[in-house]
Amino acid sequence: MTGFAQGIRRAPVSGWWLLILIPVLFLGFFFFAPLINILRLSITATAIRTLFTRGYYGRIIWFTVWQAAVSTVLTLIVGFPAAWLFSHYRFRGQQWLKALTTVPFVMPTVVVAAAFRALLGANGLLNAWLMWLTGSDVPLIRLEQSIVIILLAHVFYNVTVVVRLVGGFWGNLNPRVMEAAQTLGASPWRTFREVTLPLLRPSLVSASILIYLFTFTSFGVILILGGPTFSTLETEIYRQYVTFLQPDIAAVLALLQIVFTFGLMSLYARWQRKTAVSLDFRPHQTNLQPVKTWRQRIILLIISSYLILFLVLPLLALVWRSLVDREGNLTLAYYTALPVLRRGSIIFVPPLTAVRNSIGYALLTVFSAGMLGVITASFLARPSRWRDWLEPLFMLPLGVSAVTLGFGYVITLNQLRTSPWLVLIAHTLVAFPFVVRTLLPVLQSIKPSLREAAAVMGASPWQVWREIDLPIIGRALLVGSVFAFTVSMGEFGATSFIVRPNSGFLTVPIAIERYLSQPGALNFGQAMAMSTILMLVTAVGFMAIERFRYADIGEF
Amino acid sequence: MLRLENITKSFDNQSVLRGVSLDVTMGEVVVLLGPSGCGKTTLLRIIAGLDQADNGRLLLQGEDLTRIPVHQRGFGMVFQEYALFPHRNVFENVAFGLRMAGWERPQIVERVQQVLALVGLAGYDQRSVHELSGGEQQRVALARSLAPAPRLILLDEPLGALDRALRERLMLELRDILKRAGGVMGRPEGITAVYVTHDQAEAFAIADQIIVMNQGQIEQQADPVTLYRQPATPFVARFLGMENLLPGEVKSTAPCIIHTEIGELHIETAESLTIGQPITLLIRPEAAQPISPNTPAPNQITAHLTSHSFRGRYQIATFTLAPPHTPITLKFEFDSSVNLRNTQTPFHLSLNPNQLIPLERG
Repeated sequence: MTGFAQGIRRAPVSGWWLLILIPVLFLGFFFFAPLINILRLSITATAIRTLFTRGYYGRIIWFTVWQAAVSTVLTLIVGFPAAWLFSHYRFRGQQWLKALTTVPFVMPTVVVAAAFRALLGANGLLNAWLMWLTGSDVPLIRLEQSIVIILLAHVFYNVTVVVRLVGGFWGNLNPRVMEAAQTLGASPWRTFREVTLPLLRPSLVSASILIYLFTFTSFGVILILGGPTFSTLETEIYRQYVTFLQPDIAAVLALLQIVFTFGLMSLYARWQRKTAVSLDFRPHQTNLQPVKTWRQRIILLIISSYLILFLVLPLLALVWRSLVDREGNLTLAYYTALPVLRRGSIIFVPPLTAVRNSIGYALLTVFSAGMLGVITASFLARPSRWRDWLEPLFMLPLGVSAVTLGFGYVITLNQLRTSPWLVLIAHTLVAFPFVVRTLLPVLQSIKPSLREAAAVMGASPWQVWREIDLPIIGRALLVGSVFAFTVSMGEFGATSFIVRPNSGFLTVPIAIERYLSQPGALNFGQAMAMSTILMLVTAVGFMAIERFRYADIGEF
Repeated sequence: MLRLENITKSFDNQSVLRGVSLDVTMGEVVVLLGPSGCGKTTLLRIIAGLDQADNGRLLLQGEDLTRIPVHQRGFGMVFQEYALFPHRNVFENVAFGLRMAGWERPQIVERVQQVLALVGLAGYDQRSVHELSGGEQQRVALARSLAPAPRLILLDEPLGALDRALRERLMLELRDILKRAGGVMGRPEGITAVYVTHDQAEAFAIADQIIVMNQGQIEQQADPVTLYRQPATPFVARFLGMENLLPGEVKSTAPCIIHTEIGELHIETAESLTIGQPITLLIRPEAAQPISPNTPAPNQITAHLTSHSFRGRYQIATFTLAPPHTPITLKFEFDSSVNLRNTQTPFHLSLNPNQLIPLERG
C-alpha cells in the first residue's frame, strides 16, 4: 500500500512558475530600489533638522492635513443625499445618473483642474456670464488660486466614493430593521439617528478614510488650481526637487508622505473588512422603490439637479471654453492649431506630438502592464507557499503616491531620464496593480476542478492555462487593458518629475499643465482643447470598462 | 377591536388586496393563512402602517387609524427574519420601544427583565445579538415587540426561518407566551395578535381564529375546528390538504343524495341545498372504510390500490376507481390497523356520509 501511496505524488513541477520572477524583478528594480533610495537620501541630519526647525514645513503639513479633512467632510455632505437616493429609489435614468457620478472620479487630475479653471477661473464660463450680465469688465469671481476652488475640485472628484460605498452599503441594509424601529415608536428622524446612522458607520468611515487618502495625496489639482500660494506635502516634494534643487528635503517629505499613506491604507483595509462582513445582507435590487408621491418627486428633482449641475457643469465649461475665443465666437482654432509649433511656445514640440506620445505610451503600457499582470495574477490565483506574502507585496505600489514614485525614479535612474523608457516604466508600475486587481477575482472564481479535469484529459500546465484560464479571463483582461490605457493617458504625478520641460517625449497632461501655467488666450484655449480630448478618451475608456466588467468586482 | 373595511392595495398595477374586510376580537390570536403571494403579508404591513392601503379604512376600537403613521400606532411587530438591531445587545434591543415611549430607566430595566423571563431568556441581557441561535433571536424579537405591552402585536412568519424541529416546539410555546403576556404586563384583557403564516400546522397550533386568504381575498374566517370540519370553499379544502374534490349535483334533499362521476352518494349535512344545485363534493381523507363484498354499507365503491405509504400511526393510500368509471384518483388515510397489503383484487370501500361535505362550485 505504501508503494501505491508514493506512486500518486504530484506530477513533476514544470518551470512555468519561474515566470513570476519577471514581475518580482520589475518590482524590485523599479519600485523598491527607488523607495530605498529615498530612504537613504532622507536620513541625513541636516535634512531632518531643517524639516523640524523651520515652521514653513510645519505649516505645509498642517495645510495638507486640514484641507484633506475639510474636503472629506464636504464630500460626505454633498454625497450623502445622493447615496440615499440611489440606495432607495428606482427612477428613469437612474443608472445613467449613477454612472455620471463616476465620471469625475476617473478623470485625470489635469482635466479636473482645467475644468474648474474653465468654469470658475478668471476667464472661465461663470465670469464670462457675469461680466456679460453686469457689463463689468473685470472678473467678478476671483476663486483662482483660492482654497475654495481646491475644495470644490476635491468634492467634485470624490463624490462618487460616497455614492458607491455608502450608497451600496445602505442599499444592502435590511429595511425591516428600520421598520422594526418605527413599529416600536421611533419617528423617522429618530430611526435615522438611532438605527440607520450607526449601521451606516462602517461605510461612512471607510469612505472618509478613502477620500482623506485621495485628497491628502492630491497633486495635480493643488499644483494647477492652487498656484504657488498653496503647498501640500505632494506639491512641496515636487517644488523642493524641481525648483529649489534640494533632493534631501524632498526625500524627507516623501518619507513622511509614505508613512502617512501606508497608515491610512492599512486603516482602510481594516475598516473595509468590517464593511464586507456586515450583518444581514439582502440582494440589492429588491429594496428599491419607485418614486410615487409628489414629495418624493420634488426631492428626486432637487438631488438629481444639483448632482447634474455640480458634476456636469465643469466638464461642459471645459468643452465650451475649448470652442470659443475671447470675444465669445465659436471657433475650432484651438484644435486646428494643435499640429503647429508656435513661436515662443512653452513646450518645444507641437501639441499634437504630445497627443501622439501619450497614445504611444498608453499602448505600450497596456502591453507591458497586461503581460506582468497576467503572469502575476495567474501565479497569485493558485495556492502556493509564496502567495501569502507575495500578494500584499504586489499591491504596495497602490499605496505610494505617483509623485513619490516619480521622485524616486529621478534620483535613482537619472541616466534614463532623457529616454522615453522611464515614462513607460512609471506608467507600467502605476497601471500594473490595477490589472492584477481586475484579473485576480475572476481567476480565483475558476473552479479548480475545471483545471483538474483538463489535466486529467492530458493538458500540460501551459495548455491548461491557454485552454481554461485565458478564455475565461478574456473579458477581465480587456477591462484591465482599458484601465491601463486610461491610467497611462492621465498619469501626471510621476511623469511631471521624469519628463524634462524641453523634452520631445512629453505627454498630454504635462503639456496641459505647462499651457495652464502661462498667460495668453491661445495657451488657455489649447489647454482646454487638449483637456477635452483627454476627457473624451477617458470617458470612452470607462464606458467600455463599465460595459465589459462582470459585477462590481474591485470597486475601489 | 380591530376592524378592516374593504382594504384594497395594488403594486405596479397588480392587485394584491381586493377588498378585504375583517374583525379581530380583543385578546384573540388571529392567523392569516394562505399560500405565498396571497396578500397576507401586505395586509399585515397595512395594519402596522408600514404600507398604505389604496382604499378602505382601518379602525381600532372605533378610532380611525388609516392616516396615523407607523410610529404613533403603538403596535408591536415581529418580522420574518426578526430584524434585530445588529448594533445593540439584547437588553438594548428589548428596551428600544420603552425608550421611545419615554420610560424612566428603572422601569425600563424592570420591564426588560420581566419580558426576558417571559420568553425564557432571563440573564441574556448583555449578549450580543450575533451570538444568539435562531430560536433565541426569535425570542428576543418577540420580547422586543411585547415589552411596551402593545394593544396589538403583529407577527410575520415569525417561525419561518427556523428548522422544523425547533418550529414544532416554539409553536406551542409562542401561543403560551402570547396568552400569558397580557397578565404579566398589566393588560388583563390579554394581548391581541395577528399572525401571518403559510403553514397550516402552525396556524392550527396557534390560532383562536384562522382567516384563509387567496389572491387578495378572504376565503374563510373560522376557528380551527370549524375550519377543518367545514372548509367553506374548494380552495380552503385543497389548502388544508384535502384533495378528493368532485363536481356534483344535488339530486334529492331528504335524504340528501349527490350525483357525481363515481355514482350517487348519500351525504349527511346541515346545509340547506336545493335540488339541481351544482356543488363540489369534498370526500374527506378519513371517509373510506374497507368492507368485504356484499355487506350492507352506504356509498360503496370498488377501486384499485395504486400506491400505499405506511406512516406509523396512520397510512395513506391512493386508489383508482375500477371500470366502468372514468379513471379518478382518490386519496385516503386509514388507521394503521387496517390491512391494505392485498393489491390484486379491487378493494371494496364504503364512504361515510358524515365525511362527505358539499362545497360551493369553485
